Amino acid sequence: MRELTYADALREGLREEMLRDPRVVLIGEEIGVFEGVYKVTRGLLKEFGPERVRDTPISEAAIAGAAIGAALGGLRPVAEIMYMDFLTICLDQIATNAAKMHFMSGGKLKVPFVLRTQYSLGRMHGAQHSQFFPSIFFQVPGLKVVLPSTPHDAKGLLKAAIRDEDPVVFIESGVLYRTKGAVPEEEYVLPLGQCDVKRKGDDLTVVAVSRVVSEALAAAAKLEEQGISVDVIDPRTIQPLDLATIVESVKRTGRLIVASDDVKSGGIGSEIAAAVLEEAFDSLDAPIFRVASPHMPIPFSPALEQAYMPNADKIVQAAKKLVG
Amino acid sequence: MKPAKPTDTVSYVDYERHGLTRELLLSMLRKMMEIRRFEERVERLFLQEGALIGPSHLYLGQEAVAAGAILALNDDDLITSTYRGHGHAIAKGVPLKLLMAELFGKATGTCKGLGGSMHVAIFPEKGSMYATAIVGSGIPIATGVGLALQREGKRRVAMTFFGDGASNTGAFHEGMNLASVWKVPVIFVCENNMYAMSTRADYAVASESIAARAQAYRMRGVTVDGNSVVAVFLAAKEAIDLARNGQGPTLLECMTYKLKGHGVYDKGEYRPKEEIEEWLKRDPIENLEAELLKVNLATQATFAQIEKEVEAEVEESVAFARASPVLPFDELVKYVYVR
Repeated sequence: MRELTYADALREGLREEMLRDPRVVLIGEEIGVFEGVYKVTRGLLKEFGPERVRDTPISEAAIAGAAIGAALGGLRPVAEIMYMDFLTICLDQIATNAAKMHFMSGGKLKVPFVLRTQYSLGRMHGAQHSQFFPSIFFQVPGLKVVLPSTPHDAKGLLKAAIRDEDPVVFIESGVLYRTKGAVPEEEYVLPLGQCDVKRKGDDLTVVAVSRVVSEALAAAAKLEEQGISVDVIDPRTIQPLDLATIVESVKRTGRLIVASDDVKSGGIGSEIAAAVLEEAFDSLDAPIFRVASPHMPIPFSPALEQAYMPNADKIVQAAKKLVG
Repeated sequence: MKPAKPTDTVSYVDYERHGLTRELLLSMLRKMMEIRRFEERVERLFLQEGALIGPSHLYLGQEAVAAGAILALNDDDLITSTYRGHGHAIAKGVPLKLLMAELFGKATGTCKGLGGSMHVAIFPEKGSMYATAIVGSGIPIATGVGLALQREGKRRVAMTFFGDGASNTGAFHEGMNLASVWKVPVIFVCENNMYAMSTRADYAVASESIAARAQAYRMRGVTVDGNSVVAVFLAAKEAIDLARNGQGPTLLECMTYKLKGHGVYDKGEYRPKEEIEEWLKRDPIENLEAELLKVNLATQATFAQIEKEVEAEVEESVAFARASPVLPFDELVKYVYVR
């Protein structure tokens, strides 16, 4: 199968959806003339014109707000917020307007738009350009949250997000943009709310998210050499969360690690651990471990940033404590 | 901004030239009357009968803005509203009984009882696309609605309402700037009632006026007497025509005044007595009635007839709301996601 980078797979997904549906418009900073800070929108202004590829001023609240309004008016906007850190600037629009519109209108309003963003942990961008805080969205019913870990998933999930009737926060990983992976030539769309089992194993379940999925797979390969076989599960979306697949795996392995780039306290790992305890307490043979970032802002210094981040070694260490 | 005074009302209007037929003027009066009687009834339901609870922000005194601006739109144009939205909804033609049922939290309400007073104006069936309770946040959303209408190319326009307080938010700045950059067909109607809760606009708004802020975005900015429904209508019409013809957005500042306080429980006692008295003399409904009598387009009997019909409709809405059921809690989960 041919290989594409994560960025090109996303670009192909955007392009296909723009060709398929004239209601799809792109809104964001530097997406047109500059073709996206990470070139995800390369060539799209030229192909679709400024009516459909809308460069904006540096106005995150207006980008998110305009995407909501455009969706109310019948378009299918894909808005881009350049760094996940900047989501806090427009969180009112996402969390307090978009997420609640369908509900508080008694089901009358629909706001089908995608808010694409990326987090740059691992790219030496420092404390204000690297943050990853998806678990905030566990507290915001009404949004869907997608976290693709491979080029294949990135394209298929983006196409699904654009076709979805609900507002979707689509969080990409900056370090993954240049990574390559197999992407079919023929069209495909992946479902939202379905885990993907990236590797099968029987001794331990590792649930990993976004950038950390490849670290978990590397850890699983090392553990295999030591006779520990690992189920690696990528939830791909945390809202909705396919808990059933995770619980089924844990019932089989009896052991769970949740590995993700967010800060450990109140993070993805906390939520999944608690949910698994409620569903599969009797199946657990050991405590649940979270491998996540420490409770501190992200340091710039490359060596310190590497030490800060979850990686395969940290997952291996946690696994050895569990499977003794 | 400078302390705002009631501006002179339109002294002479060539009714015929402006297409202000008797029918149109009477429908303006009727809309204002519907808003006034509805809101007075709501106030009684809160304060005297204890039948309603929660935050509610009445439109009493500002009727000319909603009636004038919205009647200048076509039926298929879109609006967005705010937490002070009962008046906008009524002017856009949302049935009173559905509004009242929403205030009662009933399944028959505009939002099935899930929105409440602050979101009651959400009624896409009549082109009322949203009502936000976060001050200023509807402004960029209106810009987006305008983008969709611009792209649709059917010459429809969007109109959004907000208050003087909203003009101090970042969302106002971002939304207005982007609207002007994109030249979207949006009319930004600022209802300057001179107070954001108790904070006076002449304290909190640093610019000369709110309309003056439009200059910063190379947008048209116009200030009108918001207590004259005719003045609001004419100014809105001009802005709507420009937007329809691709000439971009307008910021329309309507100088008006709340008859009561910020919310239904607020008596507005922080406002100087003389100021209240001065504005009470300029009641938008009495204002229009006097004008209609002066030009022989109506008689007291006409007003009495409208009044009677409106009061009956308001009472019906209360009966409908009281008799309606509450949505079963088990059904709520259906409304979180479309699917």
